[in-house]
Amino acid sequence: MTGTKAGVDLIVDGRDVTIQADPDTPLLYVLRGQLGNLGTRFGCGEGTCGACMVIVDGEATPSCNLPVSAATGTSIETIAGVDSSDPIVAAMLEIQAGQCGYCLPGIVMAAKALLAHNPAPSRREIAMALDGNLCRCGAHLRILAAIEAAAKSLAEAGA
Amino acid sequence: MSAKTLPLPLQTAPLVSDWLRFGPDRRVTVLSGRVELGQGNMTAILQIAADELDVDPADVAIIGADTTQTPNEGFTSSSLSIAHGGMSVRLAASAARHLLLAEAAKLLQSSPDQLTIEAGRIMRGGVDTDLDLWKLAETVDLQVEAAAHADPKPPDARRVVGTSLPRIDLESRITGQPFVHDLVFDGMLFGRPVHPPALSSRLVELDMAGLRARPGVVEAVRDGSFVGVVATSEPEAIAAASWAKNRVVYAPPAASPDDAIAAIAASTGEIEVVHDEGDVEAVDGRRFETRISRPYLSHGSIGPSAAVALWQDGRLRVWSQSQGAYPLRAALGAVFDLPPENIEVMHRPGAGCYGHNGADDVALDAALLARAVPGRPVKVVWSRADEFRYAPLGPGMSVSAKAVVGEDKRIAAMDVLANSAPHGNRPGRNGAPNLRASAYLEKPFPVPRSADIPAANGGGADRNSVPYYTIPNKRGAKRLVHDLPYRTSSMRALGGFANVYAIETLMDEIARDLDEDPVAFRLRHLDDPRAVAVIENAVAASKDIIEAKPGEGAGWGIGFARYKNTASYCAVVARIEVDETIRVTHVRATVDCGEVINPDGVINQTEGGILQAISWTLKEAVTFEGPGVAIEGWSDYPILTFSEVPDVRVSLIPRPDQAPLGCAEAAQGPVAAAIGNALRMAIGVHVKAMPLNRDAIMAALL
Repeated sequence: MTGTKAGVDLIVDGRDVTIQADPDTPLLYVLRGQLGNLGTRFGCGEGTCGACMVIVDGEATPSCNLPVSAATGTSIETIAGVDSSDPIVAAMLEIQAGQCGYCLPGIVMAAKALLAHNPAPSRREIAMALDGNLCRCGAHLRILAAIEAAAKSLAEAGA
Repeated sequence: MSAKTLPLPLQTAPLVSDWLRFGPDRRVTVLSGRVELGQGNMTAILQIAADELDVDPADVAIIGADTTQTPNEGFTSSSLSIAHGGMSVRLAASAARHLLLAEAAKLLQSSPDQLTIEAGRIMRGGVDTDLDLWKLAETVDLQVEAAAHADPKPPDARRVVGTSLPRIDLESRITGQPFVHDLVFDGMLFGRPVHPPALSSRLVELDMAGLRARPGVVEAVRDGSFVGVVATSEPEAIAAASWAKNRVVYAPPAASPDDAIAAIAASTGEIEVVHDEGDVEAVDGRRFETRISRPYLSHGSIGPSAAVALWQDGRLRVWSQSQGAYPLRAALGAVFDLPPENIEVMHRPGAGCYGHNGADDVALDAALLARAVPGRPVKVVWSRADEFRYAPLGPGMSVSAKAVVGEDKRIAAMDVLANSAPHGNRPGRNGAPNLRASAYLEKPFPVPRSADIPAANGGGADRNSVPYYTIPNKRGAKRLVHDLPYRTSSMRALGGFANVYAIETLMDEIARDLDEDPVAFRLRHLDDPRAVAVIENAVAASKDIIEAKPGEGAGWGIGFARYKNTASYCAVVARIEVDETIRVTHVRATVDCGEVINPDGVINQTEGGILQAISWTLKEAVTFEGPGVAIEGWSDYPILTFSEVPDVRVSLIPRPDQAPLGCAEAAQGPVAAAIGNALRMAIGVHVKAMPLNRDAIMAALL
């Protein structure tokens, strides 16, 4: 990091924000630090576990190794913009798709990006889309079932 | 109720008021010394209290381990949350019910058996009496022994227990900020440790003035070979720690073996026999023998360990994801030479932990760093590499299992010896703090030889080393291998994972040799009807798998164990396919954990145990670089991914009239065994070295 701070303009969950940050700071630390968005989780710092997943201009993107300067001007969606009325979260609660839950916010965001691109994914497609998200407790099957259920309820709501 | 039959926690916290609070807010608060690690135990314990008190679960809150207010239940470990913690709450809640009903009867000039409770309200003949538990609790003395007044409901009167109440904390874990990582305090600073690569490494040189001058650094701490920084932001703390890591010089570390598992297998150290029935040496017949191994494993929590510490007026407060708030308090007290009453440890959730990971270590890191900035809370979150390298590992093991089969085709003797690095190094064991940094502070606390876990507590390396089968001569033993440089401790199922793999793959080897069906062979060596029932149930649920021709490169296998030989019964059938890789395609499991508090919770735990055990069995092994762990990130330690999970179905055999038995570790060994036996069917060879990957298969085929 350069150690010098500069103004960075971001659009986070639909809000325009300007923060002072070293441009090399990973987006995750801006979200969890200056923006107080503590639902987005640190997992690995290398973009290999998906705990920090956010949606950047429609694409599921790990925020832990994305320099905040690279996110300037993009539209960033985070778990802070999601509540239990979200079909994916609602299905996770219905199916009890989790144990420790640490991986779930990242999985919710990855699944939201998937369903936006592919509203009726097969289970195989869901699993492939989540291969950048690790779960250690072994809640995988319930998570897959929850995303299938969410896709179905979204389709019914849209029909 | 005699003191002997009381659940352990109730012996140290005997009063009703130790466990329950009746708030003015018309809520009941359960004070549990357990912690929620993601298994749903807090939800289940809440159900138990709600049921005994006839209070709506929504009106019950529960607080986990907190040295300022809850009982001391030691560590939340060994699948004892329900069997010990839950049963203590059942007795306390039952006692409260009877004490409060007695008071109501007095006020109403009635008798207690004419009164009932509905949603906390006292009813007589179905009519509301205007009294409720909270009103009564204002005047009734609950500082009385729970055991003297408890008379829990009979099983058929329970209404909340036995239902799948949703987890009380799941929503906040998805959309909220409940983790210790998420704590924010006014004036909070961010710490980051720089640990030496091995326990034996000693710091020779580091430019501390240079470190203090890094951007954002408020303090830099060196204590012996422990170094850390405190900075105003987390990125600054990370950058400064990385600067230090690139410059710090350590003395060359102690020697280390080229192959840790080979060294464990070759150990000739002292053997501790934990069970010796009949005389395994004196039996004649056909001899069978296997020696299996499992590598060192990482807990691999998705969120690295974290803690917040605050020093103020000579007192230390710590917010921690530790499995044991009280033991951590004692360990910190030893390191800082403080009486326990000057330290508070409050549990906050961390990422799932499957035993003794870095949770306690990071609490000491935070306390060491916060001591340099009194009055300012300091949050420390380890890096991913810290978590892999510095947290205790699941110990490497090499297990030999020998059997003698008589002319009657029954197993006449079985002899199991587990060579293993120690499993019992939690904080406070053997009187040492056992917190990572404490080993190399200026005033160090050397890591004593671990005594492992006593057999009475289920054993460590020897866990499940005694076959549950009816065999007239059987012996279980362990040989602890102490002098390896790696730090190991308790990880899910402890020795039970490798020991069950050894016993159950040997069972299949014998059955095959006798040309007998592996299921029938097991059943005729089992007298316990509950053991028979889980195997029969799992096999019935696997009819499609077993009756279908497995085909080229495919196979199915079975594994069974009763966890610790005293807890849940679990039978697992797995089907696999082998080509370039090994894929588990189907798993069917049946569990008998006695009384089931929350069926979906037990199923969820068992599914998770199955998937984690598949990951351990097929994919995982810690690699070393000298005496240190070589793993930096997930690319060095792949675990099961979403596209690799098989179809899994779990069945329960509920036994409401039986004691509840710990369930969450029961599947680990049976899953490995079922996969190992399936692999033998698929390729005709018993692969003895885990992980069961392509390299292991090639080695076994040679």
